Amino acid sequence: MKTTAPVVIAFLGGFIMVVSFFFNEETTFVGGLSQELLNWMIIIGGFTLLLGVVSITRVNWAAVSNKKEGWIYKIFTLLSILVMSIPSVLPNSWSPLLGRDVGSIYDWLFNYLQAPMMATMFATLAFYIASAAYRAFRARNAEATLLLITATLVMLWRVPMGESFLNLFPGDIPYFLNTYIMNGANLAVQRGIIIGAALGAASMSLRIILGIERTYMGRG
Amino acid sequence: MSGIEIFQTWLVAFFTLALFSFLYKDNPVYKLAEHIFAGLTTGYQVGLIWDTVVLQKLWDPMIYDGKWWLFVPGILGIMMFSRFTSKYSWLSRIPLAFVMGTTGGIFLTTQLHGLVLPAMKSTMLPLGGGGGFAAALLAVVVVVGVISTLIYFYFSKEHTGALGVTAKIGIWFIMISFGAHFGYTVMGRVSLLIGRMQFLINDWIGSF
Repeated sequence: MKTTAPVVIAFLGGFIMVVSFFFNEETTFVGGLSQELLNWMIIIGGFTLLLGVVSITRVNWAAVSNKKEGWIYKIFTLLSILVMSIPSVLPNSWSPLLGRDVGSIYDWLFNYLQAPMMATMFATLAFYIASAAYRAFRARNAEATLLLITATLVMLWRVPMGESFLNLFPGDIPYFLNTYIMNGANLAVQRGIIIGAALGAASMSLRIILGIERTYMGRG
Repeated sequence: MSGIEIFQTWLVAFFTLALFSFLYKDNPVYKLAEHIFAGLTTGYQVGLIWDTVVLQKLWDPMIYDGKWWLFVPGILGIMMFSRFTSKYSWLSRIPLAFVMGTTGGIFLTTQLHGLVLPAMKSTMLPLGGGGGFAAALLAVVVVVGVISTLIYFYFSKEHTGALGVTAKIGIWFIMISFGAHFGYTVMGRVSLLIGRMQFLINDWIGSF
């Protein structure tokens, strides 16, 4: 029961979705069933994310309760979770500050704390990427040199000063370089990776549907 | 600027500088900002899921549209929380298996039909299809790039002889592509940094 039922459910779910590919989703029963299952998947996926939220809260609560290292900071994490989430799940018919509409606590916290902090976090990476670039761009061999030249050209093309500099070259050289790098080599590698990853995903999907791949169940 | 606008600007400036302070070294102000950010992001997810999934996809259709059968995914979703008990944690495998199976079914068809076949079709273009020598050369570059990239990631046979030479060409193509992506990523991050600096200089310092 503990392992057979999940394998049977995975097979049935996968089988219906594969079969439904060959049917019209609006006019046939199988097509309609696949749309319903997709909806079910979104609902379960939502609960899975909530599971993650509960897990984060439990871990932080345990750290505060046991006064583990850095527990004072975790109080702020817990407070932030509560301040952001509780007003958002309450109906805004009770108060304009509740819910997720413009002018709510949720909206204010998102606009004036969460979004700027997220932008700052990613902006901080500019400094670390510069340090990574120094290490990656040293022309030690042919491959590293190719990386250096391509990255430099791409960065130059994206700023007005660089574009003006590249336009100093005669004829259509900058245009052809851009075409062969971005629409040639870069596109080819993207396609190669897409084809490889898609074939891998398809074969892994088949293994899951047939019950060969069961690692998602965990142990026990 | 009104009082509330000044407060908002100073609040954003404080947390922006607190997060940037990590560039010097790890410190308590950064840790505080980091933990608040983690909490807010988690709380943000709660509001988003509650509204877009629990209310819009489950509760409202079940109660107001008469779709009573939606109680099944609701119960399956609640079963995910059995992971917190050691005795009944196996119950969470059922909704997990449902998601894995249906996702597998979708992937099996869409990955092949939606990605592999279109990518192959766009790669194998006729050389005399118009556009002259430049277009034909570009088509050859793309074919060579795709094949050599795929061979570089083929690990079932040792990369020696012809396979090794093709894999070597593949790594050159891959380095060019990674270089292009690196350049794009650097520019994206620098754009964000410029945005934050503009806020600090124009909005915050400008409010003094």
